[in-house]
Amino acid sequence: MCVGVPAKVIEKKEYTALVDVMGTKMEVGILFVPEVEIGEYVIVHAGQGMSIIDQTFARQSISEWEKMARADVI
Amino acid sequence: MERKVTLAHGDGGELAHKLIQQIFISAFGNGHAARFDSAYLSLKSGEIAVTTDSFVVRPLFFPGGDIGKIAVSGTVNDLAVAGAIPLYLTAGFIIEEGFSLADLRKIVQSLAEEAGKAGVRVVAGDTKVVEKGGADGVYINTTGVGLQRAGSSVDPSRIEAGDDIVVSGTIGDHGIAILAARGELGLMTDLESDCASLNKMIAALIDGGCDVKMMRDPTRGGVATTLVEIAEDFGAVLEIEERTLPIRNEVKGACDILGFDPLYLANEGKVILVVSHADCPQALDILRRFPEGENTAVIGHVAGRGRGTGQLLLETPLGSKRRIHRLSGMMLPRIC
Amino acid sequence: MQTLFEPADPAVAIELAQKVIALADRCKEKFGAMPAFMEVCGSHTMALAKTGVKLILQGHVNLISGPGCPVCVTDQKQIDAMIEVAESDSRIVCTFGDMMRVPGSKRSLLSAKTEGRDVRIVYSPLDAVRIAEENPEKEVVFLGVGFETTVPVLAAAIQMAAHKNINNFSMWATTKLVQPVLRTLLSVKKVKINGFLLPGHVSIVLGEQAYRFLIDEFRMPGVISGFEPVEMLSAIYKLLKMVDEGRPEIINNYKSVVRAGGNKTAQKMMNEFFQPCDESWRGIGMISKSGLEIREKYSRFNAKEKFSIKIGEPKKTPCRCGDMICGLASPEECVLFGKACTPLHPVGPCMVSTEGSCAAHYAYMRKEG
Repeated sequence: MCVGVPAKVIEKKEYTALVDVMGTKMEVGILFVPEVEIGEYVIVHAGQGMSIIDQTFARQSISEWEKMARADVI
Repeated sequence: MERKVTLAHGDGGELAHKLIQQIFISAFGNGHAARFDSAYLSLKSGEIAVTTDSFVVRPLFFPGGDIGKIAVSGTVNDLAVAGAIPLYLTAGFIIEEGFSLADLRKIVQSLAEEAGKAGVRVVAGDTKVVEKGGADGVYINTTGVGLQRAGSSVDPSRIEAGDDIVVSGTIGDHGIAILAARGELGLMTDLESDCASLNKMIAALIDGGCDVKMMRDPTRGGVATTLVEIAEDFGAVLEIEERTLPIRNEVKGACDILGFDPLYLANEGKVILVVSHADCPQALDILRRFPEGENTAVIGHVAGRGRGTGQLLLETPLGSKRRIHRLSGMMLPRIC
Repeated sequence: MQTLFEPADPAVAIELAQKVIALADRCKEKFGAMPAFMEVCGSHTMALAKTGVKLILQGHVNLISGPGCPVCVTDQKQIDAMIEVAESDSRIVCTFGDMMRVPGSKRSLLSAKTEGRDVRIVYSPLDAVRIAEENPEKEVVFLGVGFETTVPVLAAAIQMAAHKNINNFSMWATTKLVQPVLRTLLSVKKVKINGFLLPGHVSIVLGEQAYRFLIDEFRMPGVISGFEPVEMLSAIYKLLKMVDEGRPEIINNYKSVVRAGGNKTAQKMMNEFFQPCDESWRGIGMISKSGLEIREKYSRFNAKEKFSIKIGEPKKTPCRCGDMICGLASPEECVLFGKACTPLHPVGPCMVSTEGSCAAHYAYMRKEG
């Protein structure tokens, strides 16, 4: 439906930002995530940042899934 | 001398003479041979190997190489993976009217330089000039002549279950470097094309006595298509493991953005080898001594032989095995 | 990078898969049928096949590919029209790579390009606006397909063209909305599923609240998921848990990316430039208010208004793409699959887009041939 990749913001201008996806860089629009800051990750779709990744939630989810995988009960 | 190639450069007259003298002969140095309509070559007795390949690449200059370099390495590698020692090349140029002579000189010099590195001699050549719009800059065709290596064990019929599958470095570098160099999709990367002649590395491997049963260079269609061909050609079941595939982060990132699969990206300086399991450690050791082979990795093994038509399976990190097919059509960037 | 969404230890995914299988088998025993979930999003279809999740769950969980590949659900008549748009020397047609090989009644955009038409692939719709700026003597038309994730980006392109007064840019929009089609699948098509794996990136725009109706109207559970194996496996686990306990809910399993209310700026952009319209879905038919069209205020950027394109009714084929996206048939059940219809010669759009259920099945699941 909609391919989206996590990308790190490394430079920010008014309407665009330079992002890095594992070493490959690209200029994307930040119309929908104007508050994004350098160092944060965004989900990029069709050349636009669509959402800022909340790293606290990301960590929480990972530990929740780890617990789920390793729980004694099904 | 003019600054651009004109149709007169291709008419066999004064300008054509100058072009050949000043750009080609000065680079290839075979002034003597150029006085005849054919080159005479001395070959020791034995079987000779011949291959030909035409090179069309956009852009003509890209990070890590240019059309001249690739026109040598591509043909040299085709000879080398067939188990031959590359010796001679011919080079035919089709040049678009209006092409910059400075760029042509750069391409020819790059071709000569790569031939020198690979230890092959350019013994015959040809230039044709076509009208503007009749070609895209420059096309090059090279034909390579080599001699079969005595005592080479390369013989795909000996592929058997348990053999290891080795790739001589990171995959997909060329495909992404070219895509980024075209600049159309906005990708920016420091990645360089891997294009390189591999004959010296392969010679070291064979001379080292490694039991190499099969070699192919995974150019267009990538590692996946090359392995599917090996599997089908020789009725083998090949299994590769996703987590062992050497892939640069930049390539992974670009593939994520565009929805590409690195397994199908072109390589211009890699060889896939089927090596007996016993000799694999030694093969890795030799390959890794070369800069072109420093990221050599075992990516899988031959699981069986002679069952049906042969197939390629990929083991995912979850442990399930899925079948891999040839690249269907061309890879198109997807957003949906 | 993976560490953002994935545990450092790859064994977690494998253990999670085992948990999913055990729970699925328990559900199967309890209810007498294998639990079936529909992944709405085509990128989930691809990810499930590519990462091997689908294979490892085979025989335990039935994963059905839904209507979420925008290329697959685009009506053939629209595709014919888009190809027709390209039929003029004075136009440059720009599109996403996905659209190039979609067969219309007679041919595809790729074949139009082969015949010399100026058809270009762009990564972003805004690139098409730039192409229009650079080619003032040509009409540049962007073929805008997509769901709610893509529509705001389409809106951004129109905004840029309006702002810069680029009047040789226009868009042929055929967009689709998730809620109406899910409602149709459940109420009209009566698909037999136990829950939805909900699209991660559409939900960025819509927010988790957009799926309340699944519970209120259908008591159908749903989990919003990301695209890594652990994300999809844990989402399927949560779906199974709800089936097992008989407590349907909408769960956001992609909290790091999807907010409760979605992306307000994106929603605003969507509403500014687009308004709801009836859309015909390939294989499903007309669904009221299931798409978005360019608002009248911006009709000068609407290619449908700008050019008079007339298209006849497309010929019917035995292609079962329509049944496929309703979960009523699997690729192997289509007589064309793998024979008359392959990625090289696709008959239906599900074989075209790499995320179409037939293409994903062909590439990753097919065992024969």
